[in-house]
Amino acid sequence: MRHYVLSRLAQSVLVVLLSLSAVFGMVRLGGDPVLLFLPMDIQAKDVNEIRQRLGFNDPLLVQYGRFMAGAVRGDFGQSLRYRRDALGLVLERLPATLLLAGSAIALTLVIAVPLGVLTAVRRDTLVDHVGTLATVLGQATPGFWLGLMLIYVFSVQLRWLPTGGTGTLAHLVMPSVVLAAFFAARVARLTRSATLDVLGEEYITTARAKGLSEARVIAKHTLRNSAIPIVTLAGLEAGQLLGGAVIAETIFAWPGLGRLTVQALLNRDFPVVMAAVSFTSIIFTLMNLAVDLSYGWLDPRVRVRA
Amino acid sequence: MKKYLGLALTLAALLAALAAPWLTAHDPLLADFGATLQPPGTPGHPLGTDQLGRDLLSRVLHGARLALFIGLCTAVLTAIAGGLLGLVAGFVERWPAAVLMRLADVQLSFPFILLALTINAIVGLGLRNIILSLSAAGWVVYARVVRSEVLTVKQRDFVHAAAALGVGRTRLLFRHVLPNVAPSIVVVASLQFSQFIVAEAAISFLGFGIQPPTPAWGSMLSESRDFLYVAWWLAAFPGAALALTALGVNLLGDWLRDRFDPKLRV
Repeated sequence: MRHYVLSRLAQSVLVVLLSLSAVFGMVRLGGDPVLLFLPMDIQAKDVNEIRQRLGFNDPLLVQYGRFMAGAVRGDFGQSLRYRRDALGLVLERLPATLLLAGSAIALTLVIAVPLGVLTAVRRDTLVDHVGTLATVLGQATPGFWLGLMLIYVFSVQLRWLPTGGTGTLAHLVMPSVVLAAFFAARVARLTRSATLDVLGEEYITTARAKGLSEARVIAKHTLRNSAIPIVTLAGLEAGQLLGGAVIAETIFAWPGLGRLTVQALLNRDFPVVMAAVSFTSIIFTLMNLAVDLSYGWLDPRVRVRA
Repeated sequence: MKKYLGLALTLAALLAALAAPWLTAHDPLLADFGATLQPPGTPGHPLGTDQLGRDLLSRVLHGARLALFIGLCTAVLTAIAGGLLGLVAGFVERWPAAVLMRLADVQLSFPFILLALTINAIVGLGLRNIILSLSAAGWVVYARVVRSEVLTVKQRDFVHAAAALGVGRTRLLFRHVLPNVAPSIVVVASLQFSQFIVAEAAISFLGFGIQPPTPAWGSMLSESRDFLYVAWWLAAFPGAALALTALGVNLLGDWLRDRFDPKLRV
């Protein structure tokens, strides 16, 4: 187990370093960041002075070295727009995104897991068909359209909820629903298929043959065993919430990491883009690592194989 | 059920895309300031008009054209690039496989939509660039699936037999291994297709990708936000078209998977 943990850790560190390099490469591929950021009518002399000051006149390799050396210490430079530490801006926005993602995950657990179990247990009945249709629709509905429709119904027509912003619990409702919709649909489908797999096992037949009540068969014998694939796959999928947050936060003017990233991209504020994208990638990698390690902990066979 | 609904929706989208110019009498770009923000059901404009008086039905139909074109180009590009890389990585092993799989790890350390969005914001706007950005972000799924399939297929007896008969490595790869992994490539492509369409719309919605006045569903939805209080139809119809198209292609992909490759996880 120790060997497994250490090798996965080393792998993650390598991935993080390579991802940081990828972020640098991506941003530099687009050409001269200074020219893209500055207004069109600026004098060539001023451009050169800014380039000099920001270090864009150095050889690319030197710039890369400087970026990496800064990045591993959490220093992505100053925001071109706000003249503040780029990582500081990112960290400031993090709690809002975590709150949003947390409530989306909570919604998913409360709705999707019971729905998945129910549709599996009542397979091929009306409940199953309606539930499956709901999950298929949930997966196909684009979050930004769902968001607009929710705003139309609950803000424009009914005037129950604010169209955007933050502050009260009411502000949290629509963004979390939009963020949760796709994820919840995925988790419900995963839960259904994982539960169906376990229900086909011989030990379930045995449990039923022993005369256990159906509720007990489901709660104790089925759910415990279907939990492993559900936790793993849901954990891996949860990282995509960080991508979904980009959209949900933009629609509802939620002051999180996703909205910061979109604004930085629109403003061509590259230090902030680099900080935000790198930070998201690091969280994503850590989540994958946590899922892998918990998988090894939940299922001893993984340890042995590793 | 899955099959028929999927087929019906996909065919409807395809028909809308191919026949858009003949299905409506209006030019999707032609403004008519005498008839702005007309509600659905207005004579001559079944789905109403937008803030510039452009016919919404015509714009939604032309949007199908753009969405399917982008989805198709991206699915084919990623299938070729990811498929080839996966084939080579699975077949050659050693360092190409190691390099490719590290590259895949790195790409998978970014949420798909964030990666596609960032690449697009950097390479620039427009049709060609959105296809390239989505492809650059999307090839990795094929590479992974194809590689793992190749690893099992090349252990099968008929591959060993062909090798023993003196079939060259290139021929072995393309004539004996490729046909056996091709179904998986098709299944992955069909499942990815709807993801690409939705991602394109999302990126255009956020202000990158396809720009107004081109009738792309995403940029139409983005513009509709300013008129949500007065013209619900501007948000409702392009979004419904997008959702139904994504649903249709998804169902079709699901059905293909159940039919050809039930164990595949994408």
